[in-house]
Amino acid sequence: MENFTPISALLGGVLIGSAAAVLLWLNGRVAGVSGIFNGALLPQSGEAAWRAMFLLGLVAGASLYVAVNPEGYAPRTGFPATLLVVGGFLVGFGTRMGGGCTSGHGVCGIARLSIRSVIATAVFVLAGVVTVLVIRHLVGGGV
Amino acid sequence: MSKYARSVSKNAAALASGLVFGFGLALSHMVEPTKVLAFLDVAGRWDPSLALVMAGAVAVTFFAYRQIGRRSKPLLAPHFLLPTRSELDRPLIVGAAIFGVGWGLAGYCPGPGIAALGLGTWEAPVFIAALAAGSLAHRWLFETRKQGSDRAAAHR
Repeated sequence: MENFTPISALLGGVLIGSAAAVLLWLNGRVAGVSGIFNGALLPQSGEAAWRAMFLLGLVAGASLYVAVNPEGYAPRTGFPATLLVVGGFLVGFGTRMGGGCTSGHGVCGIARLSIRSVIATAVFVLAGVVTVLVIRHLVGGGV
Repeated sequence: MSKYARSVSKNAAALASGLVFGFGLALSHMVEPTKVLAFLDVAGRWDPSLALVMAGAVAVTFFAYRQIGRRSKPLLAPHFLLPTRSELDRPLIVGAAIFGVGWGLAGYCPGPGIAALGLGTWEAPVFIAALAAGSLAHRWLFETRKQGSDRAAAHR
């Protein structure tokens, strides 16, 4: 566990939770990124603008952190594009089918004590663990 | 507040929420897929950081949502819009499993993938383009067809 970063992890988590709280308190909305992205992708009238602004903020917030603290971001290099394309497609398809992702089910849903979200989170974490186990340790792709 | 001022405020609130969210994702290194995959790699050099990000976020959201839930409506909108479904159906389980496989392959989920779009890595736009295609494919395969058959059923 030499790469464990508990302080920044907890602080980042507190910020993510605060962002979710702000969105519910002011706009009455759940901060589920896949749902917000899907809504912005095929906009309904009156619902596209706030979603686009949230996504813009997501990009700007991460950029701001890295601009202030460049050594705090280590991009990955030499990763196969095929895995990103296949992985991205499955993430898009699966989050649409399952109605949420790490933020919508994993953070907001669990915080609302939604059984659907608790089960979905358990399933996607388990599926992710098994996938990495197969790729890294059984197939030995080393990625 | 006028309708226009309310709409501007709602967009500003969404921007502020996104900013804090994206800053938190970068601060916690969740925009780095190596960090995420190190959490999922329980048989390797396991890194529990992601679990602490989730715990911190859930704890704050849990207590904040309880406080906010006492209000009759949000500050800038006519009502709260929360998910209401409770049934554990097949699309929930299968969808979550498909998402988890993709997450384990790429090391990104939607939030970090979008947040990383401004960080100069080629990975983020490739991942997000594929994510959009996957989402649209699901819509095209299941949602439009289902609406069509619902409509056909209504005609019968």
